[in-house]
Amino acid sequence: MEGLYFNIDNGYVEGVVRGYRNGLLTANQYLNLTQCETLEDLKLQLSSTDYGNFLTNVSQDALTTSIIQSMASDKLYKEFNYLRDQLSGTSKKFMDYITFGYMIDNVTLMITGTIHSRDKAEILQRCHPLGWFDTLPTLSVATDLESLYETVLIDTPLAPYFKDCFDNANELDDLNIEIIRNKLYKAYLEDFKSFVMETLPSPSNDIMIELLEFEADRRTINIALNSLQSTASTSTDSDENENVLDSNLKSQLMPAMGKCYPIATHYLSQAKDFESIRAALNNVYDYKSLLDDDNGDLEDHFYNMEMILCKDAFTQQFTISTIWAWMKSKEQEIRNITWIAECIAQNQRDRINNYISVY
Amino acid sequence: MSTNREQVFPTRMTLGLMKTKLKGANQGHSLLKRKAEALTKRFRDITKRIDDAKKKMGRVMQTAAFSLAEVSYATGENIGYQVQESVSNQSRFKIKARQENVSGVYLPQFEAFIDPSINDFKLTGLGRGGQQVQRAKEIYTKAVETLVELASLQTAFIILDEVIKVTNRRVNAIEHVIIPRTENTIAYINSELDELDREEFYRLKKVQEKKQKETAILDAEMKAKRLLAEQTAKEEEEAKGKAGEEAKEDEDVKMDEGETVENLVADTEEDVIF
Repeated sequence: MEGLYFNIDNGYVEGVVRGYRNGLLTANQYLNLTQCETLEDLKLQLSSTDYGNFLTNVSQDALTTSIIQSMASDKLYKEFNYLRDQLSGTSKKFMDYITFGYMIDNVTLMITGTIHSRDKAEILQRCHPLGWFDTLPTLSVATDLESLYETVLIDTPLAPYFKDCFDNANELDDLNIEIIRNKLYKAYLEDFKSFVMETLPSPSNDIMIELLEFEADRRTINIALNSLQSTASTSTDSDENENVLDSNLKSQLMPAMGKCYPIATHYLSQAKDFESIRAALNNVYDYKSLLDDDNGDLEDHFYNMEMILCKDAFTQQFTISTIWAWMKSKEQEIRNITWIAECIAQNQRDRINNYISVY
Repeated sequence: MSTNREQVFPTRMTLGLMKTKLKGANQGHSLLKRKAEALTKRFRDITKRIDDAKKKMGRVMQTAAFSLAEVSYATGENIGYQVQESVSNQSRFKIKARQENVSGVYLPQFEAFIDPSINDFKLTGLGRGGQQVQRAKEIYTKAVETLVELASLQTAFIILDEVIKVTNRRVNAIEHVIIPRTENTIAYINSELDELDREEFYRLKKVQEKKQKETAILDAEMKAKRLLAEQTAKEEEEAKGKAGEEAKEDEDVKMDEGETVENLVADTEEDVIF
């Protein structure tokens, strides 16, 4: 039934997104890219794909991996903003939600810069374009979290996410910022999920919840693993550092959703060593074999899983979750291109096939 | 030859001074030569180590740059800025400098050590990519260690190079300037002294000759006188026939006088020589 009215508001956008999806690089095109000898070759290969002439204005000696990355990202942002302008109502809200994640990054970046009294213009340059909001530049006036919240953030959509952040020390230092960032992200994911569940029609919400839960699980596992390392590397030192992330705080950082929640999440927050994390993850079917082989490829595993989920998301019609799936696929594609370019530039041919391609 | 010597008076005392100087110069030369050789040996050693360290640095830097690429692949673009901003004022990686003595040359040596209580990466990449960040951190620590090692070697290289140059210059100066000049001076003094000797000898010879001539003339005169006296005595003897003994005594006295003159000459000659 919902498919009946879907096309009234979202038909055009879905068409465009599916067009974009067909423009994603295929395994064959990746194979061609890996054969390139120089970045110039890479540029040539890319010009025959959906990227077209996005590098025409770059001269040969100015061609670096970072340029390729930023140019490709610009293209993505342009397409994203175009889509956003086409939508209205709930779908528009959905796209706004996608940008909140980048907003969180921008806010934390801004706060970090403010603490170290950096030039505002310099930080604004580095902010993620999709996470831009009007009051972002004024963030630099605040010195503690409370005034930050009351003067600036209360007007932004991020305001409700901050409610959990006030219980602990109010001073802003580097450690707290990282904790705040993760708390915000947790609140954001939970809020996004409830939004999806309550307002989106049937096929969209099922798919989106799956994608969001994966995102949440990824964060949970990462936090568990990385906090482990941060204590392990400093364990020779005082135990003051170990208290930085106790299990209580950790459970505050881990999103209360996803396939790990609640049992595995609880074990993960308690975990003190690698083995206990592995044991906790063994109880979750999807992540059973995640840590069995070399854990250096953990990030790759996650990216691979994410891409498979995104690819599956395209199989369902009449849903705006394709936007998210396309967005993530495109981000991965840019990472892949950057990776290949980096391998070519640094002459590390043996690792060039480390990219993730599912299309 | 005359220009390449010191301006000294050719006396026996300066000769002695020059001889001690030559001896000192020879000793200094051999010492410096040995020092230069020791330094050169060290220098070659360091050059070899620099070569190794540079090759190692190339490898390490490559992996380090690549690990950075891995980080940006795993975390996104802003990680660099995040890391930059979370750096505290105290450094985790520090360097101690100490000095090493190589044949009198002080070479600075840098030693790197890590202060484990300072960790700027406590939670960077907590949400994603923390492992890559940690790995990049370790690899870059190694890279900086290599750089420190290289810096220490390079400094030693430069200092040693300078010192070797100075030492070689000294060795050459002693070998090619000071020693020949001193030798020249000694030769000059010797030749001057010989010249003086010869002059003196010649002068003495001349004096002796003159004296001999005078004595000869004196002898001749005396002979003539004696002959004359004998003739007159004979004539007187013949004339008188007595007082012959007196004349004989007179002749003995004259002979004594001639001998003392010759002895005097011999004495002065010995004086001059010694």
